[in-house]
Amino acid sequence: MKDLFTRAWKKSKGFILQSGALFSIAAFVFSLIVSAAIMLLSGFDPLQGYSALLSGAFGSWDNVATTLGTATPLIFAGLSVSIGKRAGFFNIGVEGQLLSGALAAAVAGAYLKGLPAFIHIPLCFAIAWIVGGLIGVLSVKLKQFMKVSELIITVMLNYVITYLVDILVSEFFLNPGYVVRTPDIQASAALAPLVPLSRLNTGIFVALAGTVLLYWIYRRTRFGYEILAVGLNRRAAETGGIAVNTKVSIAMFISGGLAAMGGAVESMGVHGYYIANMVSGYGYDGLTIAIMGGGNPIGCVMASVIFGALRAGSSNMNRTTNIPGEFITILQALVILFVSAPLLIRYFKDKLTRTKSSGSEAA
Amino acid sequence: MDAQMLDNIGSLLASTVNIFIPITFAAIASCFSARTGIINMALDGIMLVSAFFAVYGSYLTGNAWFGLGLGIVAGVAIALFFSVITIKFRCSQALAGLGINMLAKGLTIVLLQAIWNAKGKSAIVEGIDVIRFDAIAGVPILGSIFAQIPPLLIVLVASLALVQVVFFRTVFGLRMHVTGENPVAARSLGIKVERMQYVCMIISGVFASLGGAYLSICDVSIFSRDMVAGRGFIGMAVAIFGANQPVGCILGGLLFGFAQSLQYRLQGGAGIPTQLVQMMPYVLTLVALAFSKKDTSGLTESRL
Repeated sequence: MKDLFTRAWKKSKGFILQSGALFSIAAFVFSLIVSAAIMLLSGFDPLQGYSALLSGAFGSWDNVATTLGTATPLIFAGLSVSIGKRAGFFNIGVEGQLLSGALAAAVAGAYLKGLPAFIHIPLCFAIAWIVGGLIGVLSVKLKQFMKVSELIITVMLNYVITYLVDILVSEFFLNPGYVVRTPDIQASAALAPLVPLSRLNTGIFVALAGTVLLYWIYRRTRFGYEILAVGLNRRAAETGGIAVNTKVSIAMFISGGLAAMGGAVESMGVHGYYIANMVSGYGYDGLTIAIMGGGNPIGCVMASVIFGALRAGSSNMNRTTNIPGEFITILQALVILFVSAPLLIRYFKDKLTRTKSSGSEAA
Repeated sequence: MDAQMLDNIGSLLASTVNIFIPITFAAIASCFSARTGIINMALDGIMLVSAFFAVYGSYLTGNAWFGLGLGIVAGVAIALFFSVITIKFRCSQALAGLGINMLAKGLTIVLLQAIWNAKGKSAIVEGIDVIRFDAIAGVPILGSIFAQIPPLLIVLVASLALVQVVFFRTVFGLRMHVTGENPVAARSLGIKVERMQYVCMIISGVFASLGGAYLSICDVSIFSRDMVAGRGFIGMAVAIFGANQPVGCILGGLLFGFAQSLQYRLQGGAGIPTQLVQMMPYVLTLVALAFSKKDTSGLTESRL
């Protein structure tokens, strides 16, 4: 029995270490500890805070549904950043692409009438995908034209898109009434809820399908191999005969499209219309998720569930304790810092082991 | 031209200056880091933390200048943190910047709650008073701009002159330039590249903090959440637009300030959607980037 266990561990150990999962987990645990210290220093009770977070995220079945429902658009956002990153294009524009997808799906859902659901829903997704994907391609073209880092271009584009979407809503697609939002979508475009009155809807299956699609692209297709080559070394890939710009554009069409899908499931599954700020911050969560997932689509799903839990838990923390829900921003920031600076964790590990060994020597 | 028109032009230019100050501070900060080869993506975070601690310092002591000092210390601490993780631990500058900006946002909100038990705004504190020149208050246009001068404007103008000298007339400036252009060559000349970068990041932190503190204790005497709102990024764009030179920063800062204050005027005017006007600064930044010289910006470097 014990033999079996050690053999299983030996087999899976390689995978865990190689995939970098252990590293992401270590970074997350580190962030939890440092955040607790920050909470303590600002005069809050970290234990109270974390238990409110946990019970808000997993305390009941309804809470679990909220967590998974919140994770759904985040999965898309994470996958979106992941494929861009693989092709060497760091897509901070996810935020804007999500927004545009949310609006496109809401508009297509509301104004196309008399279609059966099995046509209407895919059509909404396709329109959202095309809008988001074209924005992704636009940022690649702008980078080539301007020769400025995509980081700046996509950040600026995010602002531009945010305002543009606002204009479109208030000038063209306004629902009559006091609230600035688009009209309700047709019943044929709505994604069915899995748990009544929660955020969890059938969109999560689409998100999982997207994960499988990306996994397949990465592992089994020539295109997946080519964008990896481009991302690792652009010049070498060019020398090797890969049409670099085309591949990056296609990758960003997929990236922007995936992000837009995240917005689409929010308007079609959760709200039933588009309203300002309904997906704000999801794009930036996607960055963290992609980094934590370490370029692995399945890692992205796991990280999305963690971030869905943090978001779901934070509103509970906001309600039941005096700790502001924005506290999770600190946690998230620390995760980014720890995961993106691998040397930092190694440094702490070395320090720890050194003090431990010197301690035992003294004893 | 009637008096009403002159008043309008005067207040337009006055608000241009008001927007110009923090953005140009951020632009200088960006110059210092970019010239040594570091893209300071954490400008927003540094400015936000300094804006917060400037108000906190003033709240504690009732002295706005002490607040400014505390703001600078806090901002420099964040800048140093950014330098250590990017230079020593070789974290990507974009990700470190992203992380620090988020950290600053969360931290200031949590501290707002901890200190003032408020979600959005701090208490109103003692601000840094403007210097008044009542003699010219009646003069059209000039009066609206120069009758009340914020002390930090004088600091800004003096630093711009000083920076011009440091960049182009000193050995230090030349070494900075070499460090950024070609670190290997710099090392072979005996320049301590890392130390150079740390020093410039500290200077960058000081300037970014001045910009952040201006927003809180000079402009409004209060801290509100997220009050920096992308001005660090815009300062960075202005610096790129100005080819990382003080003169370019002045021009870029004025252009941006003017566009922004024109936006406030136009808002709600004759049938133009407000969002279209709000969008202008960002479109302008993109256009400026498209047509600027890129040779010293370092922005296409792989270290991002």
